[in-house]
Amino acid sequence: MHANPMRAAAALLALALCGCAPIEPWVKPYERERLADPIMQSQRDALAARHQEHVRVVREGARGATGVQGGGCGCN
Amino acid sequence: MVATDVKRAGRFARVRRWLSSLRGGRGALVAVRAAQLLGGAMAATSAGAVTLPEDRAEAMAHLYDGGGTKASGPAVLVRKSVNDQLALSASYYVDMVSNASIDVVTTASPYHEKREAYDLGLDYVVRDSLMTLTLGNSKEPDYIADTWGADISHDVFGGMTTVSLGFTHGSDRVGKKDIGFFDTAHHWQYRLGVTQILTPRWLASVNTEVVSDDGFLGSPYRVARVFGAAVPERNPRTRTSRAVKFRVIGDVGDRDIVHADYRYFWDTWEIRSHTVETGYSRYFGNAWLADSFVRFNSQHKASFYSDNATSETTYVSRNRQLGTYTDVSVGASLSYTFAQVPGVYDAKVHAGYEFVHYNYKDFTDIRTGSLYSYNASVLQLYLTANF
Repeated sequence: MHANPMRAAAALLALALCGCAPIEPWVKPYERERLADPIMQSQRDALAARHQEHVRVVREGARGATGVQGGGCGCN
Repeated sequence: MVATDVKRAGRFARVRRWLSSLRGGRGALVAVRAAQLLGGAMAATSAGAVTLPEDRAEAMAHLYDGGGTKASGPAVLVRKSVNDQLALSASYYVDMVSNASIDVVTTASPYHEKREAYDLGLDYVVRDSLMTLTLGNSKEPDYIADTWGADISHDVFGGMTTVSLGFTHGSDRVGKKDIGFFDTAHHWQYRLGVTQILTPRWLASVNTEVVSDDGFLGSPYRVARVFGAAVPERNPRTRTSRAVKFRVIGDVGDRDIVHADYRYFWDTWEIRSHTVETGYSRYFGNAWLADSFVRFNSQHKASFYSDNATSETTYVSRNRQLGTYTDVSVGASLSYTFAQVPGVYDAKVHAGYEFVHYNYKDFTDIRTGSLYSYNASVLQLYLTANF
């Protein structure tokens, strides 16, 4: 079977247009109720997060990428 | 707190209060208030604007007890908005340390000391961005650390994606009890994070951080062992580390939350580390919230770490923090909302406990000749209020 060049061109054009179109957010603001709950936050309480981070940084060689600002030891 | 979380907390603050109002169930007045707040939140979200996190106060008592070391103290934090765009925060944190760890009892005398840390923060909101500036000072008798940092997080893609960037510079003065301050250290931390809404129930995030250090990066008190003899440890004066952490968190039921994290760490001292964590959180009624987690960390030693070196090298350390070991944590916490006026304020009391087991693969307890391991407890008791 021979491919129809016009159809192929139309398909390519359609794909190209799709690529140019802005992608719509697939979770609308009104669907974010569950995500808004504080329980979804990785660190809800700043002081508790900072203390936990300090306990680990002082005793482990690894550090960083935990999301707690500053981090570090500040001690010897 | 992670900048993305602060920002998301701010953006969703009004939605959250609306939820609290509905749970409180105070009839028509609450329903009207909820509708107003939800409408406002929707308008804000659809307009793409970010709001400041809520005004907040925290007061905590904390304790670490393990391996002969006890560190405890109070900590307080207050954050207050000045207007719709600007909020200021301040915190004070104390560590009262009583140290009789294995390093100390085998090479020195147990000691007590106090570390105090002060931090100031400024949050500023512009359209879809939250900017945060921080200043910090940490002081103990033989170590002073000053830090400043800047973070920015920005919503893109209709609020589906939050990108955050951060930088912190630390400048330390290093001292020793009998000789005073004798050296310095500098630290540069660069952070990049992306949080993505996957579905109405699931979020995913990737955080990376590069930390570069320069200066005196060890302890003037610690000794290494070379051919069985104690010698002062000798660490390189530079270090660069990289870490990347992946996280997913989702609601698998009716506000039943699970999360899973993985972090890979590597640095120029040839330390490698894998950390995994998983946890479960859920509400019990409207007032109680329980969290639980299990964490496992596995580390491979620095190239110059040795339990007892059998050759002379430029650098040598017996700091078990740089050795090969595993640690396993199991933790749980409980929060209780004891006062709440929906849409106005809430106050909670929290208690958290974590048990940690450290198991060293190449650090010998020279008192017994066997490999060293110990257990530790971490306790947090604190109050929080949003207002």
